[in-house]
Amino acid sequence: MERTVDNGPVIEFRDVAYALPGGQPLLSGLNLQVRRGETLVLLGRSGSGKTTTLKLVNRLLTPSSGQVFVNGAPTAESDVIRLRRSIGYVIQDVGLFPHFTVERNIGLVPRIEGWTAERIRLRVTELLQMVGLDPQMASRYPHQLSGGQRQRVGVARALAADPAILLMDEPFGALDALTRDQLQREFLSLQRRLNKTVVFVTHDLREALRLGTRIALMEAGRLVTVLPPEDFLRSKDPLAEAYVQAFADGLDSSANRGAS
Amino acid sequence: MNVFHFIWQNHEQVLELTLEHLWLVGVSTLLAVLVGIPLGILSARWPVWNKPVLGTANIIQTIPSLALFGFLLPVPWLGDRADRLAILALTLYALLPVIRNTYTGIRGVDPAVVEAGRGMGLTDRQLLFQVQLPLASSVILSGVRVAVVVSVGLATIAAAIGAGGLGEFIFRGLAMVNNQLILAGAIPAAVLALSADFGLGWLEKRLRPQ
Repeated sequence: MERTVDNGPVIEFRDVAYALPGGQPLLSGLNLQVRRGETLVLLGRSGSGKTTTLKLVNRLLTPSSGQVFVNGAPTAESDVIRLRRSIGYVIQDVGLFPHFTVERNIGLVPRIEGWTAERIRLRVTELLQMVGLDPQMASRYPHQLSGGQRQRVGVARALAADPAILLMDEPFGALDALTRDQLQREFLSLQRRLNKTVVFVTHDLREALRLGTRIALMEAGRLVTVLPPEDFLRSKDPLAEAYVQAFADGLDSSANRGAS
Repeated sequence: MNVFHFIWQNHEQVLELTLEHLWLVGVSTLLAVLVGIPLGILSARWPVWNKPVLGTANIIQTIPSLALFGFLLPVPWLGDRADRLAILALTLYALLPVIRNTYTGIRGVDPAVVEAGRGMGLTDRQLLFQVQLPLASSVILSGVRVAVVVSVGLATIAAAIGAGGLGEFIFRGLAMVNNQLILAGAIPAAVLALSADFGLGWLEKRLRPQ
């Protein structure tokens, strides 16, 4: 079954369900397609199944039923190591290797893929500049970096082997508001240049509206709706409305406090 | 005649017994590391192994050392030479701290780091050797340190079955009710234990991740 790789969805969920080994369902009846070059944001509360959905893509979790396709091939049948190396993965806690320098952190996958030392060094320098860090940072250790710098290194590491797909699980969630704002802006300009297919998990509507090409709203293990940001704001779906309302309330109350 | 004078006068014998002592402790620690670290990795990787492995090591630990030496005495080959027997017994005692700390060390690696490694496409082996073991090394070493310090003390009892070591002085002193002789064994043993503790503690600090 050869699918047209160029026009077909890059990632596709077909009737996917996932339950814990104990039987508790975390995700059910998921049908979703991610298109080439788009940033699909999975928006939802904690426990809504968005991180589970993300981990099904690089097979950190395997579906209890249904199938996940990456580039037209079912992930269940592909070599899991190859699959993961072809997908960049960024998580909230970053997970930099504390005993490696920045350079070794970023260069780990290229190194085990057998790149030459010179090529790795050039790539690391290129990536550090790309994520807005001084290439001098290459020799530092993660504990010597600030939270924002660490997350930048995390993004650089995910991009190291130039994967076409990027999975990002609340990458900016642990950062202060200003750093988050800056990293979101840089993400947008980076995404305009690199044109990766991105699946981005967040619980923050503001972030979803800002970064997403489309927003997939999830609740209690189900996909509620998938909409572009502008339609999301006008959606008549009760849950989407509730999100927009909560967002507006936040703006209102801060405006009121400013007035009083 | 004070005890240090005695040690000085008999320094050749003290040195010989100290070397024997070091041999017993060194070989048994090495064996315990060679066996214990893989067992610790096994029980960290497959939790079903955790209970039987740690349980067995725990039970061994509860056997009184003199009794363990006695139990092993009739075993063929082993019983032929007292030092073999002593080394085996000391190895068995040293296993628990090594296994337990290997397990704790690997399990203690930040889950985010492990998840990131897995998500990047590291194989289990790459994850183990490049990430988990290096990050667990200081905890594992602290298990080895406990094993060494305990072994130095336990090895004195090995003299009871004729395996040599500084226990010779102690048992001879006990038999002759000669405190000086007892101390001539006990003091060098204490010095050995303290230097091992200090040296390995220093190494452990250097390996600890930031």
